[in-house]
Amino acid sequence: MSARRLAVEARVNGDPVEFLCDPEQTLLEALRDELGLTGTKEGCGTGDCGACSVLLDGALVCSCLVLAAEAEGREVRTVEGLAPRENGGDRSLGVLQRKFLEHAALQCGICTPGFLVAADALLARNADPSESEVRYGISGNLCRCTGYDKIVRAVLDAAVELRRAKAGGGA
Amino acid sequence: MSEPSEPRAFKWVGQRIVRPDGADKVTGRAAFGADRRLPGMLHGRVLRSPHAHARILRIDASAARALPGVKAVVVGADLPLPRRESGGGGESPVDYRDLAENVLARDKVLYVGHAVAAVAATSARTAEQALRRIAVAYEPLPPVLDLERGLDPDAPVLHDHLFTHGVEPRPTRPSNVAKRTLLERGDVEAGFAAADAVVEGEFRTETVHQGYIEPHAAVAEPAQDGHLTVWCCTQGPFMVRAHVAKLLGLPIGHVKVIPSEIGGGFGGKTTVYVEPIAAALAQRAGRPVRLVMSREDVFRASGPAPASRIRLRVGARRDGRIVAVDASLAYEAGAFPGSPVEAGAMCLLAPYDVEAFRIEALDVCVNKAKTTAYRAPGAPMAAFAAESLLDELAAKLGLDPLELRLRNAAKKDTRAAYGPRYREIGFLETLEAARAHPHWSAPLGANEGRGVACGFWFNGGQSSSASVALNEDGTLSLVAGTPDIGGSRASLALMCAEELDVDPARIRPVIADTETAGYSDMTGGSRVTFATGMAVIEATRALVRQLRERAAKLLDVPVDEVVWKEGAAQPAGGTGRILALEELARDALRTGGPLVGQASLTARGVGPAFATHLVDVSVDPDTGKVDVVRYTAIQDAGKAIHPSYVEGQMQGGVVQGIGWALNEEYVFDAKGQLANPGFLDYRMPVALDVPMIDTVIVEVPNPRHPHGVRGVGEVPIVPPIAAIANAIHAATGLRLRHAPFSPPRVLEALLTRTSGLARAAR
Repeated sequence: MSARRLAVEARVNGDPVEFLCDPEQTLLEALRDELGLTGTKEGCGTGDCGACSVLLDGALVCSCLVLAAEAEGREVRTVEGLAPRENGGDRSLGVLQRKFLEHAALQCGICTPGFLVAADALLARNADPSESEVRYGISGNLCRCTGYDKIVRAVLDAAVELRRAKAGGGA
Repeated sequence: MSEPSEPRAFKWVGQRIVRPDGADKVTGRAAFGADRRLPGMLHGRVLRSPHAHARILRIDASAARALPGVKAVVVGADLPLPRRESGGGGESPVDYRDLAENVLARDKVLYVGHAVAAVAATSARTAEQALRRIAVAYEPLPPVLDLERGLDPDAPVLHDHLFTHGVEPRPTRPSNVAKRTLLERGDVEAGFAAADAVVEGEFRTETVHQGYIEPHAAVAEPAQDGHLTVWCCTQGPFMVRAHVAKLLGLPIGHVKVIPSEIGGGFGGKTTVYVEPIAAALAQRAGRPVRLVMSREDVFRASGPAPASRIRLRVGARRDGRIVAVDASLAYEAGAFPGSPVEAGAMCLLAPYDVEAFRIEALDVCVNKAKTTAYRAPGAPMAAFAAESLLDELAAKLGLDPLELRLRNAAKKDTRAAYGPRYREIGFLETLEAARAHPHWSAPLGANEGRGVACGFWFNGGQSSSASVALNEDGTLSLVAGTPDIGGSRASLALMCAEELDVDPARIRPVIADTETAGYSDMTGGSRVTFATGMAVIEATRALVRQLRERAAKLLDVPVDEVVWKEGAAQPAGGTGRILALEELARDALRTGGPLVGQASLTARGVGPAFATHLVDVSVDPDTGKVDVVRYTAIQDAGKAIHPSYVEGQMQGGVVQGIGWALNEEYVFDAKGQLANPGFLDYRMPVALDVPMIDTVIVEVPNPRHPHGVRGVGEVPIVPPIAAIANAIHAATGLRLRHAPFSPPRVLEALLTRTSGLARAAR
C-alpha cells in the first residue's frame, strides 16, 4: 500500500551518494536516517529554528523544508563537510569552526551545525560583513544558550582571518 | 571536606582554554538525544489529549494493535501505579503518583497534549497510522485556565485528593490550591506605620517555555534478562534511572541510563516525559524503541515556566531604608502541584536587609502542562515585582535607584528573609561596579530610557562524584556523572589541572553513564562547577596523595618529605630527586598498582549569587515596540573558572530574560488550546533582536569552595524583566506591570495615557 520508494543520486560533501527515500521524506530525514549524517539537527521541523541548515547547490536552506527527492543531481553540503579535507589525513578544523571554539560561541552545541553552515553561506557572499549584516545573516537560526554575542564575534573574527588569508594567498 | 580558600594565585583556573568536547561539537560528531540508531530499532509515537480537562471513559487500541508493523501499544493502565510517595531526591522531589499520571494519563487528562497512549512500530508512518486507530472516549469537563479561576473556591477541581496544605484547620473541601506557605518575620504593621513612603502594585507574568532547541528524545533498549538501557538527553541521568525504575516497577540496578549530549535544558530536562514510555514500549516489543518529541509536543506537554500574579506592598523610611513588606505570590503549577512559588517567595527580598515582612506563596493547579524548572525557577517574576516597586520608592523619596539599593543591600551577616545568615557575598560589589560602569552615566537618545534591577539565586550543592585516573603515559581520564550543558567539561578539566599542576590538554573529561560514574545529582541549580567541581578537586587531591606516597616509597623517604609541584613529586627540602608525573605513570603497575583518585560527596558551603543589570531601551511611540539598545550584566561569580563560559551563561540568561520581558508568552483559547506551539509564533529572540551583552564578572570568592566557586547559570535571568520595565518607565513614564511588554500592550498603555490626557485637557 505504501508508495514506491524513490532512488536519488546526489553529491553530499563532495562524495557521490545514492539512497532510497519515501516521496514525502525530507532531505533532513534522508541525511540523518538514510545516510547516517546526524550532524544536521532537527529543532522544529517547520523551518523556524535553522538547526537543520545545509547548503543545496551553495544556497542556504532548511533541510526540513526540502524534499529528499529534490536533492537529485544536486550538491549538498552539511556540517560534516565544513572541515577542510584537501590534505587527506589532515584533521584540522575550518576557520569558522576554530573561531567558534576560540570565542566559546557555543554552549550546548545543538544549534552549532546550523549556525556554522549559515555563517559559511554568509561569508561566501559577503567577505566583510558588519555586525548588523552578521546578525541578519544568522537571524534564521535560533540559539537559546549564548545570547548570540559570542557567535557574532566568532563570525566577525573568522571573516577577518579569511580576508587576511585571501590577501596573503594573493600576494 | 573543603578547606577555606585564601586569595590564591591560579595557574590554570581562569584560562580561556578550548573546550575538550569542542571539535566534536563543531563537526557534527557529537551525538545528541535523537542521534542514536540501533539495529532493529522501532519508532515510537504518542497519542495526546485534545482536551484541557476530561475524564477518560475508555481506550480501545485493538485496531492499532492489529495493524501490521505495530509491535507494542501502551496506555497508563498497563504500568504499575506507584504509591503517593515523594522520591527522586535532590532539590525537587516528585510525587511518584503524579509523575506516573503526567507521563501517561489514567482516569483524567489534565491539559491539551497530555499523553494518553503510545505505539511502537517498524516505521514512523505505521506508528502514526496506528495512533489514528486508537479510540479514546472522553467526557469533557470544564477547564481551569488561569490563576483567578484556580483560586476560585467554586471552580472545578482537578484533583479530588488535593486539600490545601499549610492551612489550619485542614480544609474540608478539595481545592486547586495545593499549598500555602508563609514567610514571616517582625512586626509588619508597625513597620508600615513607621514608613514615610509606601508603594504597592499587582504584577503579572504569562506562561513561558525554556525553549531549548533540542526536543526531548530517548532510545530504550531491552535485554533478555529484564535489564534496560535508556539513551536520552537529560540534565539528570540518575534521575531518569530512578524515575524509569519506579514507573516500570524495576530495581534501580536493572536500568542503565546513558546521557547523550544535551541540546539545552534550562531546567526543562529535570524530569521524564518520553523516557519511561520508550522503556515500556521496548519492554513489550522486545526491541529498541526511539521516541522523539515534536516541537509542538515540546510546547504543549513539556516545561513550561508558570504564569504568576504577585501583590506587593513596600514601606520605607525617608532615608530609603525598607521597614515593611507585605506580599502574596500565586504561581500556576500546571496540571499537578509543584510550581516554584516558594522559591519565588524566598528570592523576593533576598538581596535586601529587611526586618519586617509577610510573604504568602500559593501553588495553584490549572489545566495546563505541569510546570518544570526554568533557570532560577520562580525568581524572575518575584524580582519583576520587587525591583519595579524599589524604583517607584526611589522616585518617591527622591533617591537614585542604585543608591536606594545600596542603602538596603544585604551583606555579610545579614539574615536573609528565607532564613540563613549570609557569609561572604558580593552583592554590594555588583552595585558598586554598576555605579562605576560607564554605562550608568552614558547619555541617552530620544525615546530611550535606562533601567537597573538586581537579582538573587541560592545556587545548588547536592551530591556529585568524580574520578581521575592516571593513564600509563601520564595523560588523565576524568569521569563525572553530571551532563555538560554549557562547557562544564572545560571547567572540570581546569580545576583538575590546577590541583595536579599540569596542562589541562592532558586531561580528557568524560560524562559517563549511570553504571560507570558514581552517583551524581542533576545538572541544574548552578551546582555543577561548584559541587562536581568540588568532587573533581577532591578526587585530584586523592590522586596527588597517592602520587606522593608512591614517590616516597620509590625514594625511600617519609611521605612528608615529598611535595607535589609543577606536575611532579619534588623533595620538600628543595634538593633531591624529582619524579615527574610521566615516570610515576609509566611505572605505576610495577610499583604498587594503578593510580586513581576518587571522590563522592554531598557538597556543603553553597555561596549564593547576586547580579545587578543595567539596560537602555528605546520605545517606538507609534508602534509600542521596545528595543534593547544596550545591556550590561554584572555578577558575582565567586571565581570564574573559565571566564568565557561564565560570560556565556550571563549573556544567555540575559537574552532569555529579554525574551520573557518583551515577547514570549503562551496564548491559550477559551478551551485551553495553545495557539502558538511553534517557534514562529512563540517568538524567541533572534540575533537581530538583541545587542552585544556586556558582562562584568565580580569575584568575591566563596570561602567554602576550594577554588572559591559560587555558580553562575541561574541568576542572570532574574533581573532582566524588572530592569526592562524600569527602563520603559524611564523612557515613557509608563509603569508596566504585566509582562511581556509586547508592542500591543505597550501601545495600549501609550494610547490609554494619551486619551486620558486628552480627556483631562477637555
